[in-house]
Amino acid sequence: MAALRVATGAGNWFSALALGVTLLKCLLIPTYHSTDFEVHRNWLAITHSLPISQWYYEATSEWTLDYPPFFAWFEYALSHVAKYFDQEMLNVHNLNYSSSRTLLFQRFSVIFTDALFVYAVYECCKCIEGKKAGKELTEKPKFILSVLLLWNFGLLIVDHIHFQYNGFLSGLMLLSIARLFQKRHMEGAFLFAVLLHFKHIYLYVAPAYGIYLLRSYCFTANKPDGSIRWNSFSFVRLISLGLIVFLVSALSLGPFLALNQLPQVFSRLFPFKRGLCHAYWAPNFWALYSALDKVLSVIGLELKLLDPNKVPKASMTSGLVQQFQHTVLPSVTPLATLICTLIAILPSIFCLWFKPQGPRGFLRCLILCALSSFMFGWHVHEKAILLAVLPMSLLSVGKAGDASIFLILTTTGHYSLFPLLFTAPELPIKILLMLLFTIYSISSLKTLFRKEKPLFNWMETFYLLGLGPLEVFCEFVFPFTSWKLKYPFIPLLLTSVYCAVGITYAWFRLYVSVLSDPPVGKTKKQ
Amino acid sequence: MEKWYLMTAVVLIGLTVRWTVSLNSYSGAGKPPMFGDYEAQRHWQEITFNLPIKQWYFNSSDNNLQYWGLDYPPLTAYHSLLCAYVAEFINPDWIALHTSRGYESQAHKLFMRTTVLIADLLIYIPAVVLYCCCLKEISIKKRIAKVLCILLYPGLILIDYGHFQYNSVSLGFALWGVLGVCYDWDLLGSLAFCLAINYKQMELYHSLPFFCFLLGKCFKKGLKGKGFVLLIKLACTVVAAFLLCWMPFFTEREQTLQVLRRLFPVDRGLFEDKVANVWCSFSVFLKIKDILPHHIQIIISFCFTFLSLLPACIKLTLHPSPKGFKFTLVSCALSFFLFSFQVHEKSILLVSLPVCLVLSEIPFMSTWFLLVSTFSMLPLLLKDELLMPSVVTMMAFFIACATSFSIFEKTSEEELQLKSFSISVRKYFPCFTFLPRIILHLFLFSVITMVLLTLMTVTLDPPQRLPDLFSVLVCFVSCLNFLFFWVYFNIIIMWDSKNGRNPKKIN
Repeated sequence: MAALRVATGAGNWFSALALGVTLLKCLLIPTYHSTDFEVHRNWLAITHSLPISQWYYEATSEWTLDYPPFFAWFEYALSHVAKYFDQEMLNVHNLNYSSSRTLLFQRFSVIFTDALFVYAVYECCKCIEGKKAGKELTEKPKFILSVLLLWNFGLLIVDHIHFQYNGFLSGLMLLSIARLFQKRHMEGAFLFAVLLHFKHIYLYVAPAYGIYLLRSYCFTANKPDGSIRWNSFSFVRLISLGLIVFLVSALSLGPFLALNQLPQVFSRLFPFKRGLCHAYWAPNFWALYSALDKVLSVIGLELKLLDPNKVPKASMTSGLVQQFQHTVLPSVTPLATLICTLIAILPSIFCLWFKPQGPRGFLRCLILCALSSFMFGWHVHEKAILLAVLPMSLLSVGKAGDASIFLILTTTGHYSLFPLLFTAPELPIKILLMLLFTIYSISSLKTLFRKEKPLFNWMETFYLLGLGPLEVFCEFVFPFTSWKLKYPFIPLLLTSVYCAVGITYAWFRLYVSVLSDPPVGKTKKQ
Repeated sequence: MEKWYLMTAVVLIGLTVRWTVSLNSYSGAGKPPMFGDYEAQRHWQEITFNLPIKQWYFNSSDNNLQYWGLDYPPLTAYHSLLCAYVAEFINPDWIALHTSRGYESQAHKLFMRTTVLIADLLIYIPAVVLYCCCLKEISIKKRIAKVLCILLYPGLILIDYGHFQYNSVSLGFALWGVLGVCYDWDLLGSLAFCLAINYKQMELYHSLPFFCFLLGKCFKKGLKGKGFVLLIKLACTVVAAFLLCWMPFFTEREQTLQVLRRLFPVDRGLFEDKVANVWCSFSVFLKIKDILPHHIQIIISFCFTFLSLLPACIKLTLHPSPKGFKFTLVSCALSFFLFSFQVHEKSILLVSLPVCLVLSEIPFMSTWFLLVSTFSMLPLLLKDELLMPSVVTMMAFFIACATSFSIFEKTSEEELQLKSFSISVRKYFPCFTFLPRIILHLFLFSVITMVLLTLMTVTLDPPQRLPDLFSVLVCFVSCLNFLFFWVYFNIIIMWDSKNGRNPKKIN
């Protein structure tokens, strides 16, 4: 009885929130799942039935293993539970196998591993100092933050409907951020190193970690004006950090090095053969670029400036073409995107080095890294926006300006995930959940910062409200118009361009706020 | 209201849960030749759309009453007709006469589920929100929590969105009725309640408290002055509402009689399938259904029902108060469920609705009751392959109630509303102080039996000689719980001294 009371007491709102969302995830089990479901089933089969030496060579299914070794080991561990559910799913040749037990197992594996995410959120709530606010529970920054993270719309639909394992990976990232906030730098570094070997997309934010640890951990002291004190450098710290990263990498890549397979592993991890944009354009800079190209080519054709025979027939949004030539503007190469990304990341890194502001500054830099690479990266998935949205939640409860950027970024970023779910039964779910999250996040943050100036100016309000008509047009009006057959790509194009505007704007505002922040001393509190 | 956004969030959560449950299977999915309630509703659309109104309730070559013949009041039929027009617009195959029988497809399921959601959104959910917003005696936070708990009540969600029915319409109208009557819009209230009865005749379970409460109000105002005017107005409203609904059937005597025969099929037996009421549970020991002649069964069940609800109704007529009204709704509906003739397992929803309304007054007991009520439908839910959503929604509901009302801290005599009862018992037995503790232990015991029985039903195969062992056990256990609740609610009503002058003992 006592245990029951503790578990359900009014004070224990955190467990209620976590359990509530877990139950919602269980309800989402029968929803649509994408090909990623088959991808992960195939990886279960590969790791279970083949020797390690074959993992990165096996190619029976088109969905080859293209995550780093730790994730492969993770699938290997899962497969040993999976065999009690349904042995058949572990057969490499059983393509597209999805019995109800397989479904149940895979869905539950995501739900259970999310426990790590819940723990990470719990740790984050402990160490994030939000704005001091009213006494009421629903107005406390910790409560708002845990709702924003635990009930995050993007994670819910990407992990529990579309099917992926972002929950526990984001959990690892949040946990390592929390450790850095708690001054447990070694642990933070270790967790991040592990995370990198789970999913290499986190390389995007690695510069932030590297610079922060070097600047604020290896250098133990600052001059009074905040600039670096060179003689305070601690070699012991640097070496122990290096050792941690080295050991984790050795554990992960060592076996493949021993098998002489590293080149093969890397060729799987970094497939540059894919196109600039995914079938559906992620709402980033290149979406705007390609849209501009399209507009220019249409205008060019109208004004007879372009030769119709030279314009490539394949349209970029058709989803069939991996390689794509721009018509008017110069085509983009992987190297160009890499350079753009680096240039976009650099200022934030400089900021982190020359104006260290403790863990908060690190967090801002991390978000900027994630966003910049989302903006300019090669073959970016729309799902990658979560990499920026989740850490941004931590900032949002601190300052009104951050809250405003967070809301624009999150709302547009989440809306841009809509095309992931295109089946009719899931339409109400995505709309309801999106409304739930958006209304809650906007209103609760508005309540939290009600004494300060309004979170949005008229332009931003207008832009965010525009998402409503856009959704109505794309999903309710367009399918009934005659353009549906002639221009089937219009809804996706509109969505991606419209969202790209918002995300670019949020990225720009965040950059401005980071660069224009008063240097050290005054804001340094941690 | 400054907290409007939390209210919106709560309603959205309710809607999301409803829609996710609706992705699951429905009753009779892929089970020819009879299918289930889903096919019944579709069939009614087919009948009402293709046949003239005169033939809806009559057996004919086009309307085989043995195959899901229409047996709900006219309003249900009109609703079906309305849905049929939409269906005709989308895909005429869905409601084609004869050929559409047993029609099943993903698109059709989507359509049917949407009709339920829309009806719910238009009638039940606004009523719940408005009802909770009007509660003056609790804080805004508690009101929002109450909306959440009521909207998450698993029984209604699972039956409407899983099994497939439109209970939210009739219950929603009844709730509008309660709302109207409690806040002195008596005419609107009675109109809404008439609509409820005309949507589902099962709403008659609630009719006596409505009647007694309104009558009591008239008495209170003085039968010679204002009270009489009110009574006349109410009578006119009720008659007008019924006339309006039944207009097409009042043209001929035979029509009216046939509809009534369809609504009250007295020849269908004391109970159907496995119901958690007294008669079904009693049949474990003695097969009353086979022993007693038919008309005796009717008389016995009528007498028991009448006697069991009499005290509460008298009390309500003498001392009409909104609070007493809600509790009387519970006890009357429970009396009907336990003792009346021809009860379905789904009828427990009629008891659950008023229990939801008193959730903030007696959070502990209400939560318990609502859990038991959902559990009592377990055999039905298992048949529809709704195990997973049932377990999940029950847990979610329990967590929502436990967190928002901290139910385990509200188990004192005061908070169980048993204070005056305990005091009067203590006059004879001074050591009668252990009631809350007993109730707490009973709760634990009840929850453990429910969990164990669920586990057994799901994992074990029943012995060959007793194929229905587990469903009978479920009904029996639930029935015992319900009897306990019936006693409890009657005690509350009888000893409620806030509005009555001196608590008197009737039973």
